[in-house]
Amino acid sequence: MIAFLKRSEGLWLFVRSPAAIVAAVVAVLIIFGAAFAPLLSPVNPYDLSSFSLFDGLIPPLWQEGGNAKFLLGTDDQGRDMISSILYGARLSLIIGLAAMVIATVLGVGLGLAAGYYGGRFDAFVMRIADVQLALPAILTALLIDGIARGVLPADMQGDLRIAVLTIAIALSLWVNFARTARASTFVQMNKEYVQAAIMMGQRPARVMFVHILPNILGPLLVIMTVDLASAILLEATLSFLGIGLPPDSPSLGTLIQIGMQFLFSGEWWILWIPTLFLVALVVSINILGDFLRDVFNPRLR
Amino acid sequence: MVYFILKRLVQSVFVMLAVAFLAFALFRFVGDPVSQMTGVETSVQDQEKLREELGLNDPFAVQFYRFTTDMLRGDFGFSYRTRQPVAQMISARIPATLELGFVALLISLIVGIPAGVYTALRPRGVTSQTILMVTLVGVSIPTFVIGIMLIFYFGVKLGWLPTFGRGGTVNVAGWETSFLTVEGWRSLILPALTLGVYQLTLTMRLVRAEMMEVMRSDYIRFATARGVPMGRLYFRHALSNTLVPVITIIGLQFGGVIAFSIVTESVFQWPGLGLLFLESIRFVDIPVMGVYLVVIALFFVIVNMVVDLLYVAIDPRLRVRDAT
Repeated sequence: MIAFLKRSEGLWLFVRSPAAIVAAVVAVLIIFGAAFAPLLSPVNPYDLSSFSLFDGLIPPLWQEGGNAKFLLGTDDQGRDMISSILYGARLSLIIGLAAMVIATVLGVGLGLAAGYYGGRFDAFVMRIADVQLALPAILTALLIDGIARGVLPADMQGDLRIAVLTIAIALSLWVNFARTARASTFVQMNKEYVQAAIMMGQRPARVMFVHILPNILGPLLVIMTVDLASAILLEATLSFLGIGLPPDSPSLGTLIQIGMQFLFSGEWWILWIPTLFLVALVVSINILGDFLRDVFNPRLR
Repeated sequence: MVYFILKRLVQSVFVMLAVAFLAFALFRFVGDPVSQMTGVETSVQDQEKLREELGLNDPFAVQFYRFTTDMLRGDFGFSYRTRQPVAQMISARIPATLELGFVALLISLIVGIPAGVYTALRPRGVTSQTILMVTLVGVSIPTFVIGIMLIFYFGVKLGWLPTFGRGGTVNVAGWETSFLTVEGWRSLILPALTLGVYQLTLTMRLVRAEMMEVMRSDYIRFATARGVPMGRLYFRHALSNTLVPVITIIGLQFGGVIAFSIVTESVFQWPGLGLLFLESIRFVDIPVMGVYLVVIALFFVIVNMVVDLLYVAIDPRLRVRDAT
């Protein structure tokens, strides 16, 4: 009932907030484009036979020398920019979403358990969280990536790149979830419904996931949105640094890194169009996250 | 007071031991040190001999003890990639990163604190709303994109400022500083701005939140009623009570500055620790990675200690509680 009221109130606030509407439209458009990339994009950028060097460095359609075949122009290899970007956004989103989901499951699970059991287990989890919180996420992700490079055999590296990247990002983001879930669980533990459930002899797992979890979802939802943006940013940063995805399966970050080579020459579109996409995606997700925070925290309104 | 400092010291030692253990585990278990140091043509006997010489057959605890004592003596081992002593490689890079981080932090404080106070006092004003909107966008733009934009505008388009390297440096007692030459300062501006912008938004948002919290409290309302002049009210009564969390954040930000300097240094080819760390990850140069971790952890521990001591200096209540 309370959840329902909050939702309808949220809808009302949403209609009244132009920034949130614009952000939602942009985010949905990019996510839609990425999800249906194979259907929407003119060519498959992974297929080497689909582009040729003769089409290289064609500017976008509206600029002189543009070609109707390539709406946003081509890169130096003759790859169609739209196709690269849609496929790149697809990879960025897949990795970001997967990392966010893993971080949520891990963090909320540990946080709930820490809040429920308290004591030694709680202290143990929170010590790890403290240490990790002291190290910024990007450092943790870089480190995990570096370790994976050392441990995995060289011939498997390419195939596992996406998995390694996802796990590295997830492991550097779980702390937020764990801390929030733990703090909210502590509050719920003193409530009568939880005490009643425990006294009725329900199993801890049931109390945690069926009784407590639905009541702490609000703040977690906010963190999920904000962390999705962080995950996408982290992936882009790692790929930009040349540690993430390789150039033959580029994400938005890799595309920007490739575009950097053209910073000093005139081919602006190779660098700035992917950059614009990345920024638009992250900014709109962050605005939505900010909006959600306001909805769930009436005191700030 | 002495007890407090001692307690913090013991904690710090444990943190450093934990990080040293991590660095050691990296070195020992990620890849085989012997095969890293030798070529393909080295015979198995020679490899075994090297293994024995390096003490890799000793019990785990003995190896870890040797690893830590070596580190304490300043012997950090050799890089797999360049075959140089790691201590030398790291210490050559430290001044670049520290100077960059220092200037970035300064930018974030000088701009961030006044902006935070202003937006807290006039929350509904047009200027405040604009500042807040800009910072939200600022947080969402990746550091490397800010760097690229600055390079493009000030470096390529206007051609005002250099876009890579440190420019001219002067060696003062073994410390390569870019503070003493014009070219050094010019090279410092763009990277420091890039690094500072993100921290700036954090500082501003925190100061704003704290100020708004304080302005709501009873003693401010009471002081207003008593007719305390506005300037004194804002800065003496309100701002000084927000300092404790602000100092915490500055401490934490120092970590952020060091971490994001990896990205900034990569964009601007700034020859600091971050660039070294990136290179060592790319080449799986485990000894350098491990030592980088230890050095960063040491920074953190020192900064945290200083922050804790500052608390006591700023907040008189802590001194009283300590005495009882």
